[in-house]
Amino acid sequence: MARSNEPLWWSLFSAGGVVSAFLMPITLVITAIAVPAGWISTEGFRELVQHPVTRMYLFVVISLSMFHWAHRFRHSVFQPNPKGMATLGTILCYGSAIVVSVLAAVFVVFRSW
Amino acid sequence: MPNDKHKSKEYIRTMPANWWLLKASYFLFIIRETTCVFVGGYAIFLLVLATRRDDPQWFSNWLHSPLLIALQIIALPFLLYHTITWINLTPKVLVVWRGEDRVSPTLIAVAHHAMWLVGSVVIFWIAYQYR
Repeated sequence: MARSNEPLWWSLFSAGGVVSAFLMPITLVITAIAVPAGWISTEGFRELVQHPVTRMYLFVVISLSMFHWAHRFRHSVFQPNPKGMATLGTILCYGSAIVVSVLAAVFVVFRSW
Repeated sequence: MPNDKHKSKEYIRTMPANWWLLKASYFLFIIRETTCVFVGGYAIFLLVLATRRDDPQWFSNWLHSPLLIALQIIALPFLLYHTITWINLTPKVLVVWRGEDRVSPTLIAVAHHAMWLVGSVVIFWIAYQYR
């Protein structure tokens, strides 16, 4: 049997499922309701986003959530390839998750200017 | 030459394009799978927000854009549906035994829902300190 890389993608999907399930709703309530409604000032929130711990939190949420999307979207939308080869759809899904993770690592975590 | 008389008559199940609207369980399955689009979309929103954190004007415009607020409000029920369906599946993955007895699957799901709610309150409280 050909070796499958499915366990790797499934692990990332699963980790992203947990992180997005637990952290995204409250984060969205803050960015879509609390800040626009003025319960939290935009400048105050900006100070929070500049904090290194928040940036690490956002990196984890962004990166793993993208892998969650990639895996679920790929399995919902693209037909499985009988030979188990990567199709263009698969490459685009996981590829964009990898690109977004790199961007988040560079611009959200490491870049401090 | 093909001879129709000898063609097999196996049943070929038809699959109408609206198959997912024909049964509540199919519909809920498709909704659950669709939540991933909102999870990914919101991740991109956060990436842009966090990347532009040093530009006060840009940061403010991004958070106060009526279009982006509307999209997030549309995304909220999908994110909540993802959370609820995901947590409801945790007992399938997490099978805990206490001695001879299996810890109730309902208890495991309820505990995770409680953790989610408490965690959300804590995160909001931290963010509120920066008001």
